[in-house]
Amino acid sequence: MENITSLLSIALGAVLINNFILSQFLGICPFMGVSKKIETALGMGMAVIFVMGVASAVNWPINNFILVPNGLGFMQTVTFILVIASLVQFVEMFLQKAMPSLYEALGVYLPLITTNCAVLGVTLQNAQKGYNFGEALTYGIFGGIGFLVAIVLFASVRERMEFAKSPKCFEGFPLALVAASLIALAFMGFSGLKVW
Amino acid sequence: MNVKKQFFEGLITQNPALVQLLGMCPMLAITTSMFNGIGMGVAVIVILTCSNVVISALRKIIPSKVRIACYIVVIAGFVTMVDLLLKAFIPALSKSLGLFIPLIVVNCIILGRAEGFASKNGIGASALDGIFQGFGNMVALTIMCIIREFLGAGTFGGGLLNGGAGFQILPENVVALGMILPVGGFLTLGVVIAAVQYFMSKPKKSKEVAK
Repeated sequence: MENITSLLSIALGAVLINNFILSQFLGICPFMGVSKKIETALGMGMAVIFVMGVASAVNWPINNFILVPNGLGFMQTVTFILVIASLVQFVEMFLQKAMPSLYEALGVYLPLITTNCAVLGVTLQNAQKGYNFGEALTYGIFGGIGFLVAIVLFASVRERMEFAKSPKCFEGFPLALVAASLIALAFMGFSGLKVW
Repeated sequence: MNVKKQFFEGLITQNPALVQLLGMCPMLAITTSMFNGIGMGVAVIVILTCSNVVISALRKIIPSKVRIACYIVVIAGFVTMVDLLLKAFIPALSKSLGLFIPLIVVNCIILGRAEGFASKNGIGASALDGIFQGFGNMVALTIMCIIREFLGAGTFGGGLLNGGAGFQILPENVVALGMILPVGGFLTLGVVIAAVQYFMSKPKKSKEVAK
């Protein structure tokens, strides 16, 4: 029972309280880059959930059974990023063959995910916090869901903002950042939330 | 190669953080005190210069199909070195930057310069490019730090000057704590970039008028 509550609190924390984008600042580049339309934001979010989940599941055994027992903990960064890069490549090839429709939907976003700091961040955090396998997987998947929630919310705000009149120098990126700051302000309301 | 031109590109016209809008994550996350900003800036300069040199030296050997993976391995190697060095010699910085040191691997500035500059230019030019672009990034980080620290904690040079405490300029009861929190990060960066766009568009206009 205790196991389930701890998983629940990790899940809720990853989505709302310690949201990867809005309170940890991981994955800002895709957050700003592909949030102009809701559909593309949705596609990117889905791809990130998938890769974050798989990366957590693959990097956990590598870290705990290969790196740590052999005293190679300092190689974590190099190993993890290599695993993620090859994983993304592999997932891309697999989806292309097995699920062409999903591949087309994710298309351009898959290669971009390699340089998404949220993915590397989640695996490094799993290692730092000493999560067990279930916790690491939960943290990865729900971290991805938190990313999806934030990027879709932001994209819908941005779609409306297209019609707003703004000072010339604020056009485009700066205004988007100000909007993001307001969303972050809203998410700060969750920071006192405690689960059990 | 025109050194002066490269310098101005790195610092102003092609500033990696404020004009090219690369490397946003550390830009927002760690700019809460001057110590963090300068520490991060120096770490990026070192890594960017080293990786630029190595990638430029290997540019004829690396096959173009797997080049991104090769770049990442080179960068990850240097990041690990810097990470271990910081842990050993400046543990305070290592602690306050935390996760964002290993995350320099996926900082778009470094991969962007590797792909955009070092893979096409000679070793000397690439090294200079690394130093200048890294310096431009550090200046941007420091500006962000000064603004956020001043408004959020009322201090100047926190962690660095005055024995680590920084100089208290605003009294503690009038500061806006939100500026140090994520909200302030997004807001400050938005305003700073808007200011840069404003000043960048000005000289162009006056030239157009002169014509």
